[in-house]
Amino acid sequence: MRSFPASKWVVPALLLVALAIPLLTDNSYYLNMLIMIFIWTIAVSGMNMIAGYAGQLSLAHAGFFGMGAYTLGLLMAKAQMSFLVSLVMAVALTGIVGAVVGMISLRLKGHYFAIFSLCMGVIISLVIEKWESLTEGVRGLLGIPIPKIGSFEFSTVTSQYYLILFFLVLAMFVNRQIVQSLVGRTFISIRNSEELAEALGINVMQSKILAFVHSTVLAGLAGALYAGYLRFLGPEVASIEHAFEMLLYLLVGGISTLWGPLVGTALVMAMMQLLQSWQDYRMIIFGPILVLIVMFLPHGIMGALARLKMKRQSVLPETIDNENRVIEKGTTDRRLAGGEIDA
Amino acid sequence: MLKTEKLTKSFGGNIAVNAVDFQINQGEITAIIGPNGAGKTTFFNLISGLHRPTSGKIFLEGEDVTNKPSYEIAKMGIARTFQTTKLFAEATVMDNLIIGHRLRTKSGFWSAVIRSKRYRKEESECREKALQVLEFVGASELANRPVASISQEEQKRVAIALALATDPKLVLLDEPAAGINADETSGLAELIKKMKQAGLTICIIEHKMQMIMNLADRIMVLNQGTKIAEGTPAEISRNETVIEAYLGGTPHAQAH
Ligand SMILES: Nc1ncnc2c1ncn2[C@@H]1O[C@H](COP(=O)(O)OP(=O)(O)OP(=O)(O)O)[C@@H](O)[C@H]1O
Ligand SMILES: [Mg+2]
Repeated sequence: MRSFPASKWVVPALLLVALAIPLLTDNSYYLNMLIMIFIWTIAVSGMNMIAGYAGQLSLAHAGFFGMGAYTLGLLMAKAQMSFLVSLVMAVALTGIVGAVVGMISLRLKGHYFAIFSLCMGVIISLVIEKWESLTEGVRGLLGIPIPKIGSFEFSTVTSQYYLILFFLVLAMFVNRQIVQSLVGRTFISIRNSEELAEALGINVMQSKILAFVHSTVLAGLAGALYAGYLRFLGPEVASIEHAFEMLLYLLVGGISTLWGPLVGTALVMAMMQLLQSWQDYRMIIFGPILVLIVMFLPHGIMGALARLKMKRQSVLPETIDNENRVIEKGTTDRRLAGGEIDA
Repeated sequence: MLKTEKLTKSFGGNIAVNAVDFQINQGEITAIIGPNGAGKTTFFNLISGLHRPTSGKIFLEGEDVTNKPSYEIAKMGIARTFQTTKLFAEATVMDNLIIGHRLRTKSGFWSAVIRSKRYRKEESECREKALQVLEFVGASELANRPVASISQEEQKRVAIALALATDPKLVLLDEPAAGINADETSGLAELIKKMKQAGLTICIIEHKMQMIMNLADRIMVLNQGTKIAEGTPAEISRNETVIEAYLGGTPHAQAH
């Protein structure tokens, strides 16, 4: 196999650039933009785990994002808890609720699971909106204190940038370790065929719950970071539109690829920003772009790159490829022959 | 080794498997034959735990495993292939096989994240197992090929390799020779003999009578969910009921 020496440097280089950006600019518009991209990437990478790798399309993730955000917000604003404790509690709560929801809903297959998860997302957002005595409802939750770790206050945009970048890197590292492990292979085998996975001794339900909890924890973490950054929350953070936006980022970037969530989120959010001055017309431009991407890059940007790379590797020894064609042609003939015997 | 008692499965009003008493003996090749829709695959689905029986019992080495889920049956040593291979076409052969040994590993989420010592050991065990079974089925050179690019017969071998990667005692093969030519069929028969020599117990569903007559130690004939005969190949080919119900009238048998 041919290796791509360049790709070894991509990750460290990207990380260096990300670390250097606040030193190069203190334009808070760009930093704010990047922070939002990082936050949503974490949530989308969670969605990728369950929808991409384990193959169970979940639309509850905006709900879990909102749950993480409100848990941190309420604990800090109303219970005067510290940032770190609130963050841990927010992540723990979304994980526990994720486990319970998963146990109930992951028995459902395909569309049924997607629809159930959609309903779950709507229920969470309704709870946030209607439970006014707790969440302040549509008035919004104000007065979330500035996050502090020890005596350090994350009061500047730059400090928030580094805090959230840290969690993004952490989340992407964990995801990478999982995807490229037996655990990730287990998820993928479930996506491929639940029956085969089960016949190979894999406890499919347990693995699906694990993937789902991992994904809700990431959504909850993203939400909690969002709350600590904006320090104001409205119930629309959990709205179902966000779930569809997340799905859009994921599809554009490349579902079940490691970098798809980052690429898709960054690209689509940046494009939305660029087109913002067009107001209502932006969807007219954005819609066709999306249709083109789905038509020509059905596996998203990173999916298309991965396929290109795989193709290049398998084409390299010219002879093998020719041989393939002969074999494939042979098979169709044989299949016909076999069909006659066995029909 | 495996025994069923009055094993029955009905889908709605349709009785796919009807009160079948059956036994698979250790170290033998047992074949199940019967016309299309006779309930052969359903029978496999029952003993591999994919479907719950409507009634009746299944014993594996004396233990009642009737209502055990599929993944526990696999851990107890029953592996199977599917009538249509369910391999992951976009992944390489190797990637497909590595997961086959997952059931013998324990590493969970966190040991995978930190790549603990045990995790690394288990992962290399899975890879070794994959290479080993690939060599056993005579397909080592396919390791890095995407499944989509290999032939039907090669896919059948890989599917068998995947079943073997689970370290089974009993292997259930659902029409392994369907859709492949005569040469390939005899190659596959050799592989199945080799599996028997390696100490495995095998149960095979197959329409290709010649292959079955050569391979099987014992044959069970199903027709419309009911066992209509059981015996050695010689007994089955003389059996009046079988000739009438199956061997006589269907194109499968005549083709061979
Ligand atoms: N999941 C299912 N739901 C409903 N009916 C089923 C199901 N699986 C099988 N059947 C029915 O049970 C009967 C037996 O099917 P089965 O697949 O076991 O036959 P078979 O002997 O394997 O046939 P073939 O030689 O064509 O593979 C058929 O009538 C089939 O329609
Ligand atoms: Mg069948």
